[in-house]
Amino acid sequence: MIHLSDVRKVFNQGRPNEVWALNGINLTLRQGGATVFRGPSGSGKTTLLTLVGCLARPSSGRVRLKDRDISGLPERFLTEIRRSTFGFVFQNFNLLSGLSAIQNVMIPAYPRGLPHKALRRRAMALLDMLDMGDKAEAETRWLSGGEAQRIAIARALINDPEVVIADEPTANLDSGLSAQFLAIAGRLKRDGKTLLVTSHDPFVCEAALVDRVVTLHDGRIVEAG
Amino acid sequence: MAGLERQRQLLDFALSSLARRPMKNLASLTVYTAVVFLLSSVMLMSHAIRREAAALLAGAPELVVQRLVAGRHDLIPTDRLATIRAVRGVAAAGGRLWGYLFDPAVAANYTFLVPPDRSIAAGTAIIGSSVAAVRGVGPGDVMSFRGYDGRPVAFTVTSTIAAESALVAADLFLVSEGDFRRLFGIPADRFTDIVVTIRNPREVRTVAEKIDAALPDARIILRDEMRRTYESVFDWREGMVLVLLVGAILAFAIFSWEKASGLSADERREIGILKAVGWETADVIGVKMLEGLVMSLTAFLAGYGLAFLHVFHFGARLFEPVLKGWSVLYPEFPLAPSVDEIQMASLFFFTVFPYTLATIVPIWRAAVVDPDMVMR
Amino acid sequence: MLFHPVIIALLLSSLTSTAMVGASVPFAVRLLRRWDLASGSEAQLLLERRTYLVSTLVQLVLLAQLASLVLFVFNADRMASLFTGAMCAVGTLEADRFGFPALYANIALFFLAAAWLTLDHVDNRGWDYPLIRVKYAALLTLAPVLALASLAELAYFLGLRADVITSCCSTLFSGGGITVAGNSLAALPHGLALVLLCLTLLAVFALGLRFLVGGRGGTAYGAASAAAFPVALAAVVSTLSVYVYELPNHHCPFCLLKAEYGHVGYALYIPLFAATACGIGAGIAQRCADRASLAEAAQRTARCLAGWSLAGFAAFAIVAVCLVARSHLILFGPSAWRPLAEFVVGGGR
Repeated sequence: MIHLSDVRKVFNQGRPNEVWALNGINLTLRQGGATVFRGPSGSGKTTLLTLVGCLARPSSGRVRLKDRDISGLPERFLTEIRRSTFGFVFQNFNLLSGLSAIQNVMIPAYPRGLPHKALRRRAMALLDMLDMGDKAEAETRWLSGGEAQRIAIARALINDPEVVIADEPTANLDSGLSAQFLAIAGRLKRDGKTLLVTSHDPFVCEAALVDRVVTLHDGRIVEAG
Repeated sequence: MAGLERQRQLLDFALSSLARRPMKNLASLTVYTAVVFLLSSVMLMSHAIRREAAALLAGAPELVVQRLVAGRHDLIPTDRLATIRAVRGVAAAGGRLWGYLFDPAVAANYTFLVPPDRSIAAGTAIIGSSVAAVRGVGPGDVMSFRGYDGRPVAFTVTSTIAAESALVAADLFLVSEGDFRRLFGIPADRFTDIVVTIRNPREVRTVAEKIDAALPDARIILRDEMRRTYESVFDWREGMVLVLLVGAILAFAIFSWEKASGLSADERREIGILKAVGWETADVIGVKMLEGLVMSLTAFLAGYGLAFLHVFHFGARLFEPVLKGWSVLYPEFPLAPSVDEIQMASLFFFTVFPYTLATIVPIWRAAVVDPDMVMR
Repeated sequence: MLFHPVIIALLLSSLTSTAMVGASVPFAVRLLRRWDLASGSEAQLLLERRTYLVSTLVQLVLLAQLASLVLFVFNADRMASLFTGAMCAVGTLEADRFGFPALYANIALFFLAAAWLTLDHVDNRGWDYPLIRVKYAALLTLAPVLALASLAELAYFLGLRADVITSCCSTLFSGGGITVAGNSLAALPHGLALVLLCLTLLAVFALGLRFLVGGRGGTAYGAASAAAFPVALAAVVSTLSVYVYELPNHHCPFCLLKAEYGHVGYALYIPLFAATACGIGAGIAQRCADRASLAEAAQRTARCLAGWSLAGFAAFAIVAVCLVARSHLILFGPSAWRPLAEFVVGGGR
């Protein structure tokens, strides 16, 4: 489904602090299943996910999504693809403070112009599925870490993406909540979503639902799993 | 339909985004409203004065003939009436008696006038509401003035003129012809000036030329010219004030620019999140512009409303000296409320347009943050 | 006359618009030279991002342009009382030789900005920025027109003197008037003007329907609507206005906007301007459909615009027919029809 060939990404090109975050990545990711990207911080696993998830363009090399070359697409079209194909769960959840939980969940769908009632129903259904129905109107800054993560997951699912990307999902959670996350991830996988997760938490890497572990080091793949 | 729904949801988001930073936005809104208030006060005020002047001139004669002696206005002999009536195109001509009298008791000037269309009994007077207010007199009271020869001339006030058209009737003092001549010492064969009515309004100019030819020592004043002069003078005054206020507009634009570009880390993060979860740069720009539009409309309505109250209910205390002001009697008067759509449109150009332009670059700069920022 | 509030507002708007668009000219040049979509370099990314700013700016300029066009005419009408001999906007515009050029330049600018925004809209639908160079080359031509229009406006307002005696519509648009354009328009025989209008509108409708149904001839439709604009204006000046005023020699295109005539001018001009802008846009969009990445999107935009444009022309036609039918003036007696008949027969030969 996603195919990367010789992908490189450089930051601050031409300046003294130039960094090659990715240095010749070749990788194919199939539809369905759960893949974990492992590696020390600075190994490029998060940068790799931003390229796969259409958040950024590679400096060179090609990224193909379902046989379409997306590496040269302008931001406008990357955004469209990102919105419809990927859902993101960020490391520190990145919820908007001052808004209620359900508003946070609906935000990614605003630019699509869906009827408001239908959108709200769908957001409520997602919250119910994640046992957060009673917190729908709660303001996000009063939520606990586990609750905030479930709001973030609901937000990632609002546009019904094929791929869910999670960046270090268990970094801010205790083991009980990490287990809870894995349970949700298992349910998403059963529903046919493709899961792409970065983590250096062995609890995640060795979980039963993980199909493949890709290890990165210094911007290169050292073990493709 | 999807487009409309999309706009609605973006507007929803813009509103909630404004509400989430009340302090910052209230500060902007206050300054914005103050600028609108200032400008619209000037405009409303000068427009109202212009209307008053127009009302005054509407009742004025089409053509006035005065006599000049050594370049100064002098009393005109009655025999000139016959000369003027003989000019072809003149429908009627009549002498007028009017003048000013300084009242030392209240340090104000009154306009004395012998009304051509109503007769006033000798020894009585009808006074303008401002005169009544200043002197504290009403019907039945007696007012006495020193005549030209030092002898007192007394008037019994019979009634006052309603303050409907403030500028016109404020300082009026209507008296009989005999009293007027006695007070000022004007001989019976002289008038202050002569008013002429013309049969065909299109021929005013031609008739004026003919009168000019017949009366070499006359000065002829056309109503149209008066109106034009008044309008240019008021436009010019208003324009001058506005030009002075351009400084304020500029300061306001810079202020808006500062406000819009001084995004907190929090707002920056928020835009990054929006873009990461699937908002396009154009969506972010759209939401920010909507925020600006809401601010603009609120400030515009609030500022304009306040200015309306200021000018029409509180007598435009702040600007009177600049825009009005020739006699001490006038400031007491509420102007008749009137709204002009051209003026609102130009006010919009003076405020909303600079604001939008000033915020456009900061908005764009904020909207193009990298969507992968939140993952770094 | 610079110290007139509305004049200050108009100049403020046009000069700042010019400054803003002028400031994007260096960017346009840089873009024309450096644009390379294949590159993922940060420089290219910056160029792409800057295009958002320019689009937003031109949108704003278009809005300001539209508003100031209305304000310009309105104000000209209002200021007529300041000029001896001027009774409506024509007199004010005649008071200085830059008056009408400023008006024409502003109208042209309105259509140019609308055309540019169509181009921008269509280009944004293609994943490879297919029209980016065309677009920015076009911006380079839009900028000087904007500057010229602003200068004309400035020159006009600088030249205005309240004591100038000007001619007004009654003399201007009848017999021995002064302006060539207005005069020749007004001198157009009523029959000829109406026939031209009918033929042009028929052509517009035929081409528009052909395009909407068959999907062909979009460019022709654009050209037809561009041509229909002056024809329609000529008909308004020479004939429709006469029907409204019910005076055979009153041809003013601005008095139609006044309350005395029920603001009927808006019902004529708004559809006409919108229809022309949309029609030109449809032609432009259709021209873009030959780019591979735009084939579908451009066609869709073109159809949508053509639909709006046709609706606008239809509204204009309906209003025009109503005005003629409602009027008490009868221009065409049996003898008046003869030249018309000759024209039609002669044209058919």
